[in-house]
Amino acid sequence: MVLATYVRDLEAPKLPPPSNLKSIRHHLRENYFSSLGSGAMTVVLGSLLLWLAWRIVGFAIIDAVWTGTSSEACVSTDGTVIGACWPVVSQKFGQWIYGFYPVAERWRINICAVAFVAGLVPMLTPSVPYKMVNVVYLLVVFPLAAFVLLTGGNFDLSPGSYAGVVCLALLVAASLPLLIFGVDEGTSRNSLGLALAGAAFILWGASFISQVDFTVFGVSLDSGLLSVASGCVSLWVILSDSVGRRSRALRFWSVGIVALLASMLLLDIDFGLVPVETAQWGGLTVTLVVSITGIAASLPLGILLALGRQSNMPAIRIMSVGFIEFVRGVPLITVLFMASVMLPLFLPPGMNFDKLLRALVGVALFSSAYMAEVVRGGLQAVPKGQYEGATALGLSYWQMMAKIILPQALKISIPNIVSNFIVLFKDTTLVLIIGLFDLLAMAQTGLRDAAWASPVTASTGYLAIALIYWAFCFSMSRYAIYTERRLHTGHKR
Amino acid sequence: MKKRILNLAVALGAALLASTQVSASTLDDVKQKGFLQCGVSQGVAGFSIPDAEGKWTGFDVDICRAVAAAIFNDPTKVKFTPLSAKDRFTALQSGEIDLLSRTTTWTMSRDTAMGFMFPATTYYDGQGFMVRKSLGVDSALKLDGAAVCAATGTTTELNLADYFKAHGMKYQGVAIEDSTQLRQAYDEGRCDVLTTEQSILYSQRSSLKQPDDHVVLPEIVSKEPLGPMVRQGDIGWFNIVKWTAFAMLNAEELGITQANVEEMKASTNPEIQRVLGVKNADGTAPGFGPGIGLDEQWAAFIVKGVGNYSEIFERNLGAQSPLKVKRGVNALWKDGGFQYAPPIR
Repeated sequence: MVLATYVRDLEAPKLPPPSNLKSIRHHLRENYFSSLGSGAMTVVLGSLLLWLAWRIVGFAIIDAVWTGTSSEACVSTDGTVIGACWPVVSQKFGQWIYGFYPVAERWRINICAVAFVAGLVPMLTPSVPYKMVNVVYLLVVFPLAAFVLLTGGNFDLSPGSYAGVVCLALLVAASLPLLIFGVDEGTSRNSLGLALAGAAFILWGASFISQVDFTVFGVSLDSGLLSVASGCVSLWVILSDSVGRRSRALRFWSVGIVALLASMLLLDIDFGLVPVETAQWGGLTVTLVVSITGIAASLPLGILLALGRQSNMPAIRIMSVGFIEFVRGVPLITVLFMASVMLPLFLPPGMNFDKLLRALVGVALFSSAYMAEVVRGGLQAVPKGQYEGATALGLSYWQMMAKIILPQALKISIPNIVSNFIVLFKDTTLVLIIGLFDLLAMAQTGLRDAAWASPVTASTGYLAIALIYWAFCFSMSRYAIYTERRLHTGHKR
Repeated sequence: MKKRILNLAVALGAALLASTQVSASTLDDVKQKGFLQCGVSQGVAGFSIPDAEGKWTGFDVDICRAVAAAIFNDPTKVKFTPLSAKDRFTALQSGEIDLLSRTTTWTMSRDTAMGFMFPATTYYDGQGFMVRKSLGVDSALKLDGAAVCAATGTTTELNLADYFKAHGMKYQGVAIEDSTQLRQAYDEGRCDVLTTEQSILYSQRSSLKQPDDHVVLPEIVSKEPLGPMVRQGDIGWFNIVKWTAFAMLNAEELGITQANVEEMKASTNPEIQRVLGVKNADGTAPGFGPGIGLDEQWAAFIVKGVGNYSEIFERNLGAQSPLKVKRGVNALWKDGGFQYAPPIR
């Protein structure tokens, strides 16, 4: 019987076993000694690596000095080779971590660190539930508590500032009917409230510019009074309607105002903590405060800027492009230098912005511009069909972005976003320019201590600092790889 | 309507005035704040460096503390602003700090065109030379033909060339950028001589493999008078800083120390009595402190708070410190140095 010619009559050749099942010897031969050139390269590079590793181990462990109370322990008197001088690190370690923070108050930084880790670890572990609560804790509760704890709180807010916040909230209330009933119906229902709010705005602006109180019929006409009236009218309009009473906008508004007043109260209360000005902060504390604030602020700002850059509205697009291109066109060191050297000359004498605040704002704005470009890359990588599909479903712009586009765009951008975070973390060393002592600056200053002067002091210190930075950056990058794998839903590139 | 516009103009004018008004007196500002804001360096061994508890210590730091002691009778009422070399002048100009005490060299342009004043020279520094003891050299004039390590692109390189040319000597220059590398090059024997500011030579020496095998030569080949700096235009504040420095020198000259200042108040020496603000023989107060807006016992406060000149020198730079800087030209005039304070009378 003759088989059809397309039927194979020979056994298929056996494939080699998977590489992970091969012997080590085989693996070595295949990957490191496959040819003469490759073998030679392996020998040269391998011996170089071994030599380097041996030198480092010799310096850091074998020849190292582990105990001692002054530089005498690390200076060789009989010609023996002396490696790393570890006592200098243990001696200065507290200063590296806490900077100039008063020794008796260092527990406050410890509590903040523990509270942060306690919030971050469940946040980063996908299987832990209550992510929403966790986000609120990390973005609202923790920053407030840390701020009060680190600075000492007790800011003595005047009753005026409470009144100002309430007035502002009442002015915002005038816009609620527009959200609840739609623009047209909202405007007609709440025309009185909107008119009062507008009048309050104009009056506030005018009196702020001219510094003159306006009086009508002998009664001081106050923008606060107007905003209270506007708020009352608006709230009455909302509450008199059953749709308004049950609306989400009203609920958000009332939660927001309560939260705002509560946080103001928190800053106002005297907890009996010794005030510690930011000039006394330093070391790893400053590095982490600057980088965490920068990271937390730059991602949302960057997303907004990226969306702004792709917006159809010319004003928003031009402003976004202008900001991004301007910031990306100057080095961070220039931004910080401007903030430290130029800003004080423009301000009236005696008026000083907090240096840490200057650094925080500078770093956050700077990295948000870079973040915007990273996110824009992700947005452009999302196929056009996704936008069209979302629009066809009748989703609004924000719904489309939040539910369809951004999840995909951000997933694509994870490697770049994290490398941005890592760059930001390392860039914090530049805050030395404005006289803030971050981890590196603090360490450098400590290593100049004459009591610890020895030929190996500097190298030991820099080795330790490099390890600390490496630990932070490496863990960030590993977590990013983990997230990438977890969100990986097909299309491997 | 006219009145409204007038009101507006007046209000605007007042707002402008309020924002450009410069406070009349630094002393009043400092007294009102309750502390002195002092600019120091970001870490120079012996001059200003934080200790293990983050407290600033050093020679420059003690000058700040002395001024605070003179004003408040409390040397701790100082806040320190660590400044880089670039930042220091802006910080003083903008009023961020009241006093700059940061190894700043007194030069004509800084003293005149830049709008600052130097009340006193607290430390006479200058470029010096360090050599190995084994060379057997005891003077820079015997360095003919030596290989000299110097930092690139600094005035030290130029001063070096000038000095050797002026004395008809030859040298072989080894130019290195970074100060740590400079020290290592010298330590490894790439050059016989290391040259930089003398105050830095001492701290470089303490980081060498065998510090005791090296010696700093006595010659100084450039003038680097270091001292505190204040803004021009407030002569009262200038006088306070100036006489704080002079009071410490006078105290050393008269043998008043941190330990014996209380006993010295009973001294019958009229000079000591004047310095310490003790009543005159006829019962009247000497009035030197009130003359500059301070307490009668201002100088006693300084000595009690930080000590006399010799004490702050030895504590931070000299024998009691790891740097072991010799007094040299910074000795009192009667011991052959440059430090000469006009009398308090």
